[in-house]
Amino acid sequence: MKLKGRKIYKGIAEGEAIVTKDGISFYGGVDPDTGKVVEVGHELEGQSITGKILVFPTGKGSTVGSYTLYRMKKNNTAPAAIVNEQIDTIIAVGCIISEIPCVDKIDVNEIKTGQKMVVNGSEGTVEVK
Amino acid sequence: MKLTPEEQDMLDGKHGKAAKKSMEILTTLGEIFDAECMVDVYSVQIAGVSYANLGEAGLEFLSEMAEDGKVKVLTTLNPAGIDRENWQALGINEEFAKNQIRVIDAFAKMGIITTCSCTPYFIGNVPHFGQHIAWAESSAVCYANSVIGARTNREGGPSALASALTGKTPKYGYHLDENRHGQVSIKVNAQVKGTNGFGVLGKTIGDKLIKLRKNTPFITGIPSATVEELKSFCASIATYGGTALFHMEGITPEFDRYPKPSDNVSEINQEDLEKARFELVDDGLEVDFVSIGCPHASINEIEKIASLLKGKKVKKEFWITTARPIKRIADEAGYSKIIEDAGAKFAADTCCVVAPIKGHFKGMIVDSAKACYYGRATNKLKVKIGTVEECVEEATK
Repeated sequence: MKLKGRKIYKGIAEGEAIVTKDGISFYGGVDPDTGKVVEVGHELEGQSITGKILVFPTGKGSTVGSYTLYRMKKNNTAPAAIVNEQIDTIIAVGCIISEIPCVDKIDVNEIKTGQKMVVNGSEGTVEVK
Repeated sequence: MKLTPEEQDMLDGKHGKAAKKSMEILTTLGEIFDAECMVDVYSVQIAGVSYANLGEAGLEFLSEMAEDGKVKVLTTLNPAGIDRENWQALGINEEFAKNQIRVIDAFAKMGIITTCSCTPYFIGNVPHFGQHIAWAESSAVCYANSVIGARTNREGGPSALASALTGKTPKYGYHLDENRHGQVSIKVNAQVKGTNGFGVLGKTIGDKLIKLRKNTPFITGIPSATVEELKSFCASIATYGGTALFHMEGITPEFDRYPKPSDNVSEINQEDLEKARFELVDDGLEVDFVSIGCPHASINEIEKIASLLKGKKVKKEFWITTARPIKRIADEAGYSKIIEDAGAKFAADTCCVVAPIKGHFKGMIVDSAKACYYGRATNKLKVKIGTVEECVEEATK
């Protein structure tokens, strides 16, 4: 299944999907050293997003979150790609400065955790295998 | 998005790595928000300066940008985590201070003026009416849009830096007439006075806007307001309501430029203000810290503190947070000596929100509603809002 969205940041990444219906705040909500979601009560609390295709509706929280994504990239704890329903400025800027492929305008209900997928940030497409 | 040949060259890397990365950030944001083109900016204010927020990764990003990045327009910085001349006296640890200085040095290398203040409009970064700017720091964004009538979106640290290194910002949001009109009428039926009173009003209206899901209020019923009162109001309404622009009848320059909101008028009464003030005082508060200057104190405010402190001695830790150039004026005018002789301390370049003081104090009295919010959230303090006179009295008690 191939879904057409909008390109946010270029690059191609292949990996396993981790999907949530909750928004994500990288500043305070994700531990950049372990790659785990630490926000109390979050659907993904305690799970690692490192190397995964992270699929969630939209970002939230402080603008410092862009730097958290950058820190994860440098620590090798970042997700391989990000897929959003509606991008926000924090995630967009975070992906650009960290060079993480990113696509939005994708219905996140179409994707299930554990599915293998390819994100093509240059074309703005997502392929679920 | 339509780019000029110069903008396209920057995007293609012909002006260096930092300009290329900056233009990638700006064109992506422009596309997300349907901007047709870029607009030249007169000035930039950068947030994300405290090492407590940036960490080593943020510093690494800034250092990479500083390799070949140079500012194209006047650019100033938000407060840092330390007073560069006086951090030891404020109880800040040496390792943090060293890291903070590395951050400031990276900004300086790019040609940014390292004033470290949230009130750029007091110290030479002053746009005129209608000018396009790219500012981060929510209180200064609100002040520039509303009180000055300049035009900026609420930028984050990296997007503001991108504008500094290119002189451009995507033209959307508050840069356009169509997004600057009032969306909801708010009538104030109460007397509002002082920085603390306007802070309480900002929280009251800000909380209301969140409930109404509106952004830009058209406010009536305020006969007059000082610059300091507006500064406090901007900080508070931006903190509690996420507001980037308000109009105030008879006071702000664009209040009669657009049609008034046509929906029902929301009223703010004395009891609404009392309820908001009550919410800014914690139970079981034990004050051991007094801080004035959120946003950074003006020379007027410092003069007032000096006159209240003259001949007295403070018995609690008392910080006056301000921009260093304002501190210099206070030095020359003799206010600093009076304040320091009383035992109070200046904390220039920094403030009670971004300095790493978690665990240093139990309870704080301030004249700022914004400082109440971040004092609780960031530094885990119990808080109380009061007038400047009450703050000084508490300090000397």
